[in-house]
Amino acid sequence: MSVHLEVIEPGLATTIQDLGRRGWQRFGISESGAMDPVALATANALVGNTVGTAALEVTLAGPVLACINGDTRIALAGADFAMAIDGRPVASHETHDLKSGQHLVIGAARDGARAVLAVSGGFQIKPMLGSVATHSRSQLGGLNGGPLRKGDLLPLALPGLPGRPHLMVSPTNRVRPNGPVRVLLGPQDDAFSAEGIATFLGSDYAVTPLSDRMGCRLEGPRVAHASAVGIVSDGIVFGSIQIPGNGQPIILLADRQTTGGYPKIATVISADLPRLAQLRPGERVHFQSIEEDEAVKLVREMRRQIDRVGDSMIEVHGGSNLTSEHLLASNLISGVISALEWVQADVATS
Amino acid sequence: MTTDALYALPRFRRSGDAALTIEVGDGIDADVNARVVDLDRALTERALRGIVEIVPTYRTLLVCFDPTVLSRRAVETGVMSLWPPAPPAGQVRRRWTVPVAYGGDNGMDLDWLAQRLDTTTDDIVARHSAAEYRVYMIGFMPGLTYLGGLDPFLHVDRRPEPRLVVPPGSVSVGGQQAAISPPLPAPSGWHMLGRTPVRSYDPRREAEPFLFRAGDLVRFRPIDGAECAALERAAEAGEIIAEKEEHTV
Repeated sequence: MSVHLEVIEPGLATTIQDLGRRGWQRFGISESGAMDPVALATANALVGNTVGTAALEVTLAGPVLACINGDTRIALAGADFAMAIDGRPVASHETHDLKSGQHLVIGAARDGARAVLAVSGGFQIKPMLGSVATHSRSQLGGLNGGPLRKGDLLPLALPGLPGRPHLMVSPTNRVRPNGPVRVLLGPQDDAFSAEGIATFLGSDYAVTPLSDRMGCRLEGPRVAHASAVGIVSDGIVFGSIQIPGNGQPIILLADRQTTGGYPKIATVISADLPRLAQLRPGERVHFQSIEEDEAVKLVREMRRQIDRVGDSMIEVHGGSNLTSEHLLASNLISGVISALEWVQADVATS
Repeated sequence: MTTDALYALPRFRRSGDAALTIEVGDGIDADVNARVVDLDRALTERALRGIVEIVPTYRTLLVCFDPTVLSRRAVETGVMSLWPPAPPAGQVRRRWTVPVAYGGDNGMDLDWLAQRLDTTTDDIVARHSAAEYRVYMIGFMPGLTYLGGLDPFLHVDRRPEPRLVVPPGSVSVGGQQAAISPPLPAPSGWHMLGRTPVRSYDPRREAEPFLFRAGDLVRFRPIDGAECAALERAAEAGEIIAEKEEHTV
């Protein structure tokens, strides 16, 4: 009998995602894929998968899943979510064995908005146009071209518990960066007045509840156009910031439409795209324009971080105090320096 | 139409650290779009290492690249070395005939448009199905096909408030353009004249999930409800029901 995760409760917007579909945008196929590729790489590395293996992306309120007919190892990375296995609280950013019949409850996001739940060996799902990434509006990917539904059965590709140690992400690698979201101006910054650009770069914008995987809608001081509000429709990338007639910015994300006719004042740098996944409704955003050389340097750093994602992991041994739950209980994770000191002190005394 | 719309040199617009927008001309124009198609082909053949994908649209190409492999400057240099891209000799031109059931539930705006233009619905259908259209681009959603060549009499501004959902396969007009919707529900601010059983996109047709590409020619053929239903069954079975002629130009 096949081993699978049964969806007891689907959660707010839980979807299967991988690295997305590239090469089809010319036919109107949205890229989709994990909103936070660093979280995807991290969760996969924890359970021993390659970085782009398909996993579940959970948003703000997670699902309840039952493991059926066999065991698997799981890990959640990205935003920190409350989690429990059969009622016992467990930590995110750490591997856990989920045994046959056990229930995994992923509760609310404690910080940030999205996380990735990986299972060892990944899911056995047929790719469509080269990917299993869910894109709901195109009815592509996942099990049925949409978010998880109650009663869905997610087949595991490689069930069983891996014979390798349990791992956790080093606390220093869980810090959510803050500060302004960095952008390069363009491609249509000439469609805005100097005053409009100054407003855009000089104001705080609030994330509205209408935001989703397609776009992050912002609310704040109106960005003034220089001339006509429309352009001849052209292609859109992950991170394009378009300004429609009402002057309120929309950051286009993984599930964005492939083309659009509103001028795009700026583009979020690649290295800051994972941060967009973690914006919560009501949170405030500030943009900063940087130089292209700096953006390229930062994307190289992010690639290195993904390539070496395993280096930041610590083995967790049975009975050790060095677990995320312990760290959380000590309320130290948010203060990186003190958490590090605590870890070092603990290691020194053990 | 007018070659004045073509730029002598391409204009480069930065789209973040991993993409470049290349503008080859002004406005919605067949010559400009032909240059987009030619540059798309030339760049694809050049196959610069680090290019991830190219998205051709009306008058631009969006070139997505891996900035750790290829610089924006190198993409620009590559484009300039190909400029101006020549149309290849012996190019195959495809002309599609797309059946359309006009009016009623299939085209909820046909009556409105006839009233707005002070003519009959038959006149609208005749004008819409007499023209030869050029596919300018596929975009916005899977297989949504944007067409130029609409009879100027039928140029009408888009709806002030877009509809949140229009029926799959809608054949519509908006401003100076016409469009064919894929078999998916979608939002649209255009005017719905009819519906086609042709599926511009069907992921189950693994060899040919997308029917149209930029540069193809399209004509519409009015059909009645009975023919529409029969063609719908054939399309459901995976058949490509649009008629295709190919000729070398």
